[in-house]
Amino acid sequence: MTNISQNEAAASGRPPALPSWVIARIEALAIPVFALIAGAALFSLFLMTQGKSPQEFFALVWRAAFSSAFSWKNTLSHVSPLLMAALCVAIPARLGLMVIGGEGAIILGGLAAAVVGASCGSIPAFFGFAAMVVAAFVVGGVWIGTVGALRVKRGVNETISSLLMAYIATAIFNQLVESVFRDPASLNKPATMPIPDALRVTDLPFLSTHWGVPVGIVICIACYFLLERTTIGFAARVTGDNIRAAQIQGLPVSRLVIGFTGLAGGLAGLGGFFEVSAIYGNANDSLISGVGNTGILVAFLARHNPLAIIPVALLLGGFEASSGLVQRRMDLPDATILVFEGCIFILVLLSETLYGRSDSLIRKILFAGRSK
Amino acid sequence: MTDASALGMWGVPLAILGGAIRVSTPFLFVSLGECLTERSGRINLGLEGTLVIGAMTGYAMSYHSGSPFIGVASAALAGLVFGLIHGWLCSFRHVNDIAVGISMMIVGLGLAFYFGKPYIQPTAPRLPSISFGWWSDIPQVQAALQVNVLFIAGAVLAFLMAWMFRNTRIGLTVRVVGDSTDAARTLGIRPTRVRVLATAVGGAFAGVGGSYLSLYYPGSWSEGIASGQGLMAVALVIFARWNPINCFWAALLFGGAGAIGPALQSVGITQGYYLFYAAPYVLTLGILVATSSTERAMTGAPGEMSITK
Repeated sequence: MTNISQNEAAASGRPPALPSWVIARIEALAIPVFALIAGAALFSLFLMTQGKSPQEFFALVWRAAFSSAFSWKNTLSHVSPLLMAALCVAIPARLGLMVIGGEGAIILGGLAAAVVGASCGSIPAFFGFAAMVVAAFVVGGVWIGTVGALRVKRGVNETISSLLMAYIATAIFNQLVESVFRDPASLNKPATMPIPDALRVTDLPFLSTHWGVPVGIVICIACYFLLERTTIGFAARVTGDNIRAAQIQGLPVSRLVIGFTGLAGGLAGLGGFFEVSAIYGNANDSLISGVGNTGILVAFLARHNPLAIIPVALLLGGFEASSGLVQRRMDLPDATILVFEGCIFILVLLSETLYGRSDSLIRKILFAGRSK
Repeated sequence: MTDASALGMWGVPLAILGGAIRVSTPFLFVSLGECLTERSGRINLGLEGTLVIGAMTGYAMSYHSGSPFIGVASAALAGLVFGLIHGWLCSFRHVNDIAVGISMMIVGLGLAFYFGKPYIQPTAPRLPSISFGWWSDIPQVQAALQVNVLFIAGAVLAFLMAWMFRNTRIGLTVRVVGDSTDAARTLGIRPTRVRVLATAVGGAFAGVGGSYLSLYYPGSWSEGIASGQGLMAVALVIFARWNPINCFWAALLFGGAGAIGPALQSVGITQGYYLFYAAPYVLTLGILVATSSTERAMTGAPGEMSITK
């Protein structure tokens, strides 16, 4: 059948058909890149209406985020929580769930790590770290796992419930940090007791970034294998594609949903652990940074593929890192980066409509000049 | 604070009642807008961003023009534009309306903070209110019964919308589109156009709700002005079973929950302030859990809406 259609195509002078998987691979790479460029173009238009130079903006982003060892340090410091926040969106997305309240798991996981860490000063550092990691993972996992459980047991929309729970998490965090867990020495800015130095995550040798980045990258790779190369991951993807088919096949849909949302929340909690242990040294309201929102964008731009999250998080981490320099040099408000991210987000979502439609376009580009 | 002692603990329910009227107005407008949008079969999660854009635009225009009503009108216009963009984006194939809502939320917050920076300091003329507490000598009663004109407008709008859904051609068109795209096509209605318009008008309502935030209560523009009212309104509409009149009562209930924290603070209870502050979110979540079900479709839900499918 393929032979005939190819012959026909050759006879009629049209470019030959490509196997569908080739088209799919090209689309998977080309469409997000196109969306990114189109988003940047839209934002450039916005800057021009504001009388600012897009060239200057992108040059500054490049300088602040990617041009030197110092700027890479700055960028990488934003990457670690982004990787985890993005996984917290991407993993449930493979089950067909749009969980976007990862911020709640990050801050509560960070709080749990800080409280456990501050009380584990007297035991060997290894056990102290283990206790902090477990506390952060469990708290984050229970938080987002609850969202999954409410979905499968009660049919509560996970997008709304996860966002509401993020607000509730913020309230619980503020309440606990200002009352029960407050360090009396923190006067103006309420914070928990400081974590002992032995339990602070250190910088990598020879590199100016902390362990959260390589650990995050390894976790992304592990999640890729979990989702793409294991039977559990396959079951999760079947559930995401067609929940009724999964139920008829006898897949444990409830357990899959609760398990994977729990994993997603646990990883977000781990992101909170790294923020607290590597950067702040205690839990204070700097932890409520809105990284969850950027994580949503990272996950969508990566099309919920854990491997693609790594480069996308580097890129967006760079954007976040350049915010300060752009503000100072171009006299732009700090929300500029938010507008930029919003522009990209809209174009990424709009580009969804191109998938499966670009067949003839791709063939035209690939076989340009060869058809005659 | 000295007057609070005159009423004792009775000040708390009174303050909650007054607070409910004060706090509920943005809920009311956003939920009416969301109700209209959802009745046409779409869901707009971006109303949180629209609310903030409305608050910023309303405040800025009120400041420049000197008239809070011009502020409200411009906020409605800004919301209309945001709704149009949302509706237009969702008209493409394979574009998910919930995801678009999230992106519009980020764009709305970004633009509002970007353009709102110069308006954090100046004071704009505020919306007037009508005193219904003239019969009482007690200042708390008078304060509680200060009803803003927008609250009254919202209440009228709720009843008007309920009437529109039942008795007018427009209302019927929106309902048909929301219940079945195919049926609408059979009747010669263009479902996409109706949905885009319903989302746009819904956005305009949310913009008005936002202008209330900055022009009456809390009554100034700041970046933290909206805290999830736009999202809670989505849940509120589900709770109200897509009925505008129920939206009105639900908005009052949510407003009351939001007023618990400030009411307790006014009589000197500051313990657990943040937890009381979280009351509306907990209430929303509780209501969602109680009213959702995996077994049956929700009564009154528009058939074409992605959230209930």
